[in-house]
Amino acid sequence: MSSSDVKQPERTTYREAMREALREALRSDDRVFLMGEDVGRYGGCFGVSLGLLEEFGPERVRDTPLSESAFVGAGIGAALAGMRPIVEIMTVNFSLLALDQILNNAATLRHMSGGQLAVPLVIRMTTGAGRQLAAQHSHSLEGWYAHIPGIRVLAPATLQDARHMLPSALADPDPVLIFEHGSLYNVSGELPSTVQTVDADHAAICRPGTDISLITYGGSLPKALAAADELATGGISAEVIDLRTLRPLDHATVTSSVARTHRAVVIDEAWRTGSLAAEVSARIAEDAFYDLDAPVERVCSAEVPIPYARQLEEAALPQTADIVAAVHGAVD
Amino acid sequence: MSVARPSRTRKTPAPSKSGRKPTSSKDEASARPPSAHGTAGHRKDLLQAMLRVRRFEERCVELYSAAKIRGFVHLYIGEEAVAVGVNEYLTPDDAVVSTYREHGHALARGIPAEAVMAEMYGRTTGCSGGRGGSMHLFDAARRFYGGNAIVAGGLPLAAGLALADRMRGQERVTCCFFGDGAFAEGEFHETANLAALGQLPVLFICENNLYAMGTALERHEAQTDLAMRSASYGMIAWAVDGMDVEAVEQATRKAVEGIRAGTGPDLLEMRTYRFRAHSMYDPDRYRHKAEVERWKERDPILLLAERMRDNGELDDKELARTERRIGREVDHAVEAAEQGPQEPVDHLLHHVTGSSAGTVGRP
Repeated sequence: MSSSDVKQPERTTYREAMREALREALRSDDRVFLMGEDVGRYGGCFGVSLGLLEEFGPERVRDTPLSESAFVGAGIGAALAGMRPIVEIMTVNFSLLALDQILNNAATLRHMSGGQLAVPLVIRMTTGAGRQLAAQHSHSLEGWYAHIPGIRVLAPATLQDARHMLPSALADPDPVLIFEHGSLYNVSGELPSTVQTVDADHAAICRPGTDISLITYGGSLPKALAAADELATGGISAEVIDLRTLRPLDHATVTSSVARTHRAVVIDEAWRTGSLAAEVSARIAEDAFYDLDAPVERVCSAEVPIPYARQLEEAALPQTADIVAAVHGAVD
Repeated sequence: MSVARPSRTRKTPAPSKSGRKPTSSKDEASARPPSAHGTAGHRKDLLQAMLRVRRFEERCVELYSAAKIRGFVHLYIGEEAVAVGVNEYLTPDDAVVSTYREHGHALARGIPAEAVMAEMYGRTTGCSGGRGGSMHLFDAARRFYGGNAIVAGGLPLAAGLALADRMRGQERVTCCFFGDGAFAEGEFHETANLAALGQLPVLFICENNLYAMGTALERHEAQTDLAMRSASYGMIAWAVDGMDVEAVEQATRKAVEGIRAGTGPDLLEMRTYRFRAHSMYDPDRYRHKAEVERWKERDPILLLAERMRDNGELDDKELARTERRIGREVDHAVEAAEQGPQEPVDHLLHHVTGSSAGTVGRP
């Protein structure tokens, strides 16, 4: 075998992987267009769409006014008419300005019309804290969206998912919300060139283990993996599960893991009360109660608007040390 | 009451693949009643269309009182000239986005009375399969994108439908109805700006009936000249006598011709009035009976009938025959709704996502 036959893994970042996914979508389907605040000339608030305007032109990479409700609603209308819009909202906090459109139209039109209409719309937005952006740019509200029937919620946490989840979202006949944790954009690594697609419907076991299940998603995944490394040095084998799709939840992967490990910690950057972590915990209690050797633990953000000062922000968020401590609470 | 169209320099229309031209004769032929606009025969058609909406809704009142139909029911009585007149210049390829006060829009668009009535009965045979009710009538085949019950919530949708048409070079218009109350909502202003910026082919029809539910226009808008405010977004906008169906259709013709030619959105402020309360729940305490009576003197049906009588175009016998025919159509709609199948409860979770049971096909 000559050396040219061996495909080298590609060195990339989460941001570049997402951009490549967008580029591929724009190339392969002329119904696809990207729309949002500063996605064109500016290159995207977080630089994700940099260069796409030059490549695809202003009709398909559309800068919008600061009108979240209007451009999300316009995405819904265009999707109703057969296009495949990808709408970018700068952050999840800003998406609240479009909540009417997302809930009352995107998630509802199919049902309310008796199945006559479909809204094949993809909405991408940044979520999460960790960059000292204070209380109007830092929250994790994806759990709210996961509450809503009629939409699908994705949280790519790895380079591979950033690169390959988008086709599945675009193929969906219903609205799909993609949450990109802001702390992940600069994560770099190698993307195996052999992988061209991912199964977006199932949770992934990122690290197998036998003593406890760490269940998480998005920006908390790297922290859970770091915690598992640390626990391994102390002789605790932690299994790390990335939920990946927050609605519909792949609960089977979670319960089968808990059935093997008999212990679980759920890590979620959202506030604990009424959170996705609460939902996962409740389902474990409902479906795997007799497999448990200890109560389910949760590691979530402190119940406070995310503060600016570094030490306060760090204290508010789930950290690796908190996860390790929660595991010891469940195991010891 | 009709105000002169304000002059404004239109922006250069964006180029399109097909090249824009005025409404094709094929489009007009498919939308128009057989008689030409402005003729005696056409006025008969308009009168009949308005009567049909009126009689349908009068029956709704009876059925609501008899607890046959439930939920919120918002009547259009008094505003019929708007739906009927606007529809005259829409083609089947155009799209309509409506509000919760939509029976008139739906009937004018051609959704059968039977399907609308069955929907209010919550039947499988209803135009939304019993999941929408009075406020959420849909008909995908007729490009009727529903009653939206969030004030101004349909406007962004209309901009998106129009954007898709623009991007594909289709010469279609999206007609979006809303009330004066929408002017206080952010979604109106966001969409007006977005549509004008993108020169999107949207016909905004504001049905200014002077009340946002129970709050009078001058109590909910600091500036009550809605057409003038709309024009400030760079749209062509003007006020129209919404009680005169022929004035409505003429204004719509002008607007639609411009929009189809690619000059961007227009807004028509239709000055109208609802004769009934906001909804069947509303005791109507916030306005004087004398005001309602004064507006009833300009009832759009009476207004047109008088014009026709003056012209010697109204044949009382023929009118009586028309009334009987409409009566039979409404009777039939009620009968069919009464006998229509109930959607089975085990279909409750149908149509939630594309993979739910009951989904017919993917888009």
